[in-house]
Amino acid sequence: MAKRILAVDDSASMRQMVLFTLQGAGYEVLQACDGVEALGMARASTVDLVLTDVHMPRMDGITLVRELRTLPNYKFVPMLILTTESSQQKKMDGKSAGATGWIVKPFNPPQLLATVARVI
Amino acid sequence: MTLDPEMAEIAKVFFQESREGLDVMESGLLSLDATADTENINTIFRAAHSIKGGSATFGFVEVADFTHGVETLLDQMRNGVRPVTPEAIQTLLQACDCLREMVAATEAEKPLDKDRIAALNADITHILGEPVHQAPTPGAHQGASDAGAVDNARPGIAALNQHSGWRIAFEPVADLLRVRNEPTRMFAELEGMGAFTARADVSRLPPLDELDPETCYLSWNIEIAGEIPRARLDEVFDWVDSRCRLEIVPIGDSAAAAAEPAGNAAPHPPGAASADARSAAAEAQRGPAIAAAPAQKAAGESGSIRVATEKVDNIINLVGELLITQSMLSGFADGIDPDDLDRLRQGLSQLARNTRELQESVMQIRMLPISFAFNRFPRIVHDLSRKLGKKVELKLSGEGTELDKTVLEKISDPLVHLVRNALDHGLESPDRRLAAGKQETGTIELAAFHEGGNIIIEVRDDGAGLNKPKILQKARERALIAADMDLSDEQIDNLIFMPGFSTAEQVSDVSGRGVGMDVVRRNINDLGGHVQISSKEGLGSTIRIRLPLTLAILDGQLVRVGKEVYVISLLAIVETIQVGRERVNTLAGRTEVFRLRDEYLPVIKLCDQFGVEPDSRSATDGLLVVVEADGKRAGVLVDELLAQQQVVIKSLESNFKPVSGIAGATILGDGTVALIIDVPDFIREAVKRSGAVNAHAA
Repeated sequence: MAKRILAVDDSASMRQMVLFTLQGAGYEVLQACDGVEALGMARASTVDLVLTDVHMPRMDGITLVRELRTLPNYKFVPMLILTTESSQQKKMDGKSAGATGWIVKPFNPPQLLATVARVI
Repeated sequence: MTLDPEMAEIAKVFFQESREGLDVMESGLLSLDATADTENINTIFRAAHSIKGGSATFGFVEVADFTHGVETLLDQMRNGVRPVTPEAIQTLLQACDCLREMVAATEAEKPLDKDRIAALNADITHILGEPVHQAPTPGAHQGASDAGAVDNARPGIAALNQHSGWRIAFEPVADLLRVRNEPTRMFAELEGMGAFTARADVSRLPPLDELDPETCYLSWNIEIAGEIPRARLDEVFDWVDSRCRLEIVPIGDSAAAAAEPAGNAAPHPPGAASADARSAAAEAQRGPAIAAAPAQKAAGESGSIRVATEKVDNIINLVGELLITQSMLSGFADGIDPDDLDRLRQGLSQLARNTRELQESVMQIRMLPISFAFNRFPRIVHDLSRKLGKKVELKLSGEGTELDKTVLEKISDPLVHLVRNALDHGLESPDRRLAAGKQETGTIELAAFHEGGNIIIEVRDDGAGLNKPKILQKARERALIAADMDLSDEQIDNLIFMPGFSTAEQVSDVSGRGVGMDVVRRNINDLGGHVQISSKEGLGSTIRIRLPLTLAILDGQLVRVGKEVYVISLLAIVETIQVGRERVNTLAGRTEVFRLRDEYLPVIKLCDQFGVEPDSRSATDGLLVVVEADGKRAGVLVDELLAQQQVVIKSLESNFKPVSGIAGATILGDGTVALIIDVPDFIREAVKRSGAVNAHAA
């Protein structure tokens, strides 16, 4: 069965880019445009990986990761944050919220696939 | 930069999104003041951030680099280390303009205005170069792409690479597995790099009954052979480097091992430290990072989908067909056996209701809030008031009022013209306002609201009002009105919409621009709307625009001429009358005119225009439907008034060809086609033919 990935980004172009890349590689992709929507979707079903942007309206990616980790179904689900910031601080924030790792933007489709392959 | 077709499609979304983001930035910047509302700056920052991320992803390096400076400045502002000054806001607004052009040029694959970009970049760098509340930020101005490179390539390490392999001591923290960092996966990656052995240290493993399956008790000693760049190893351990004790030493170089101890206390792996410290330091300069941005609702976020207008139009067309079928069935039901009729009627009325509801909700798809047009104004007023040295407060109301996308797009330019006019000619300079006993700051209000199935947009100013004597004088000079014509105040004000009224005297850099108020009125009339102005001397002017909700449906009056049925827009109809012989005159032996109170109006004979055989050939026999457009009136001669109903407009242009005097066609319940009369067109023709009418009336 195809692995399911929840992609969260407030930018439609980034979502489409992620969607296009991941679907092309045979993954099944759910999309959400902010943390609140993603949390709702995550509660409704389980996925094999969460990919989330950091800066989003309503609920940012770090908070989303922290919230997801409190759900029993998401205790062990890999979660990656997408960040344009190479800063250690954001990554550490992500780690302490429970993120598995990160992808530094900009990334191209092969980089995204390689990173996803590291966790699922 | 060429993208493959799929990515090019996605890039289109990026361009659209960037434009929306820039609008958000602009309106946010305009509402920023010295108090610097954090939520607002956050919204602006996020917009810039998305543009940077997207442009970098799609390889638009110039856009990404330029946005990086903007983003850095905004980041400092939101963290409170950089004051929000009017100058900085101005620079950021210019940066928005510049970015908008860069995005447009990139999309059109045209060259960028490098000088302008460089100049603005210098401005931003200059602001960034001023001391912040803490120490200056070294390296804060790197491009986004090399920021990524710093992280991955870890420069300065290459020198250490010449070894036959690496020895790695990896001792993860106990809860490593809880965030799903799997050592096995990491090892699989290492295995792909060279000959790999890992020895697990099981000394910390508890007895089975005490074992917590979620805890990691193991640590490993790893050896990997081959000339592997250190950076590749760092990449593998990048995600865990704060969650483990890690030592990476070249094989056969024990001195280095001793020199580079690492552990939980020092969260960075050796070697990576320099790069990490640099970015960490840069981060520290920005002040405390906001880990959890407060939950908020940004402007214009309404859970929307983007659908091509063409597709929506197609659906609207189909629904229109459905409506026609339904009314055809209703007509058919009138002629069948009364016994079965009740159930059929019931079903039909249900169909009618469903169809109407369906149509209404489909039409809703085309409806957009007028804020799309209003949003431009804070910026326009901001820039213009600076230029004119006037103080203005812009008030917007009813931004949520929805109207058809096409109407919205077409009303935008006339509105800009009206607002510019109000600012340039309406509002007085601050000293003149003070002298007149008014507040120094003038007000311009833009309001939108519903009124009886129409949308009303009002542009109000509290300026000097129109100079009626001067308007009257000018209108007489230009022979727009007869010299001795007596006009009401309202009529005088509305003279400014007459063609040929806009004069060289009025043209300035700000308004004028060769577009007169007559063009504004024509544009609005083309939308089936109507514009009027009223003003009070010393108190200001109000321009009132009335627009139909949509262009796809028309509230029509069905009229009969002979055997043909025509549709006249209810909006254009003033009244319907019967006239006696004493009120009808014939001009030049052919054109009939009739007297309506103090006015002589031309008679439009549809029978002659369309070559149909009418019941009544003379104005005295039939009914005269008095219609109005562009402030001019005429009487349309018809045989009978039929029903009033909403008709779905079918374009004649796309189904046949454009025909003068016909605005379109519709299909009636019985399946016949009825032509929709183009009232403005007819009136223009009629007035031209009876050019003597005004003279006669005078």
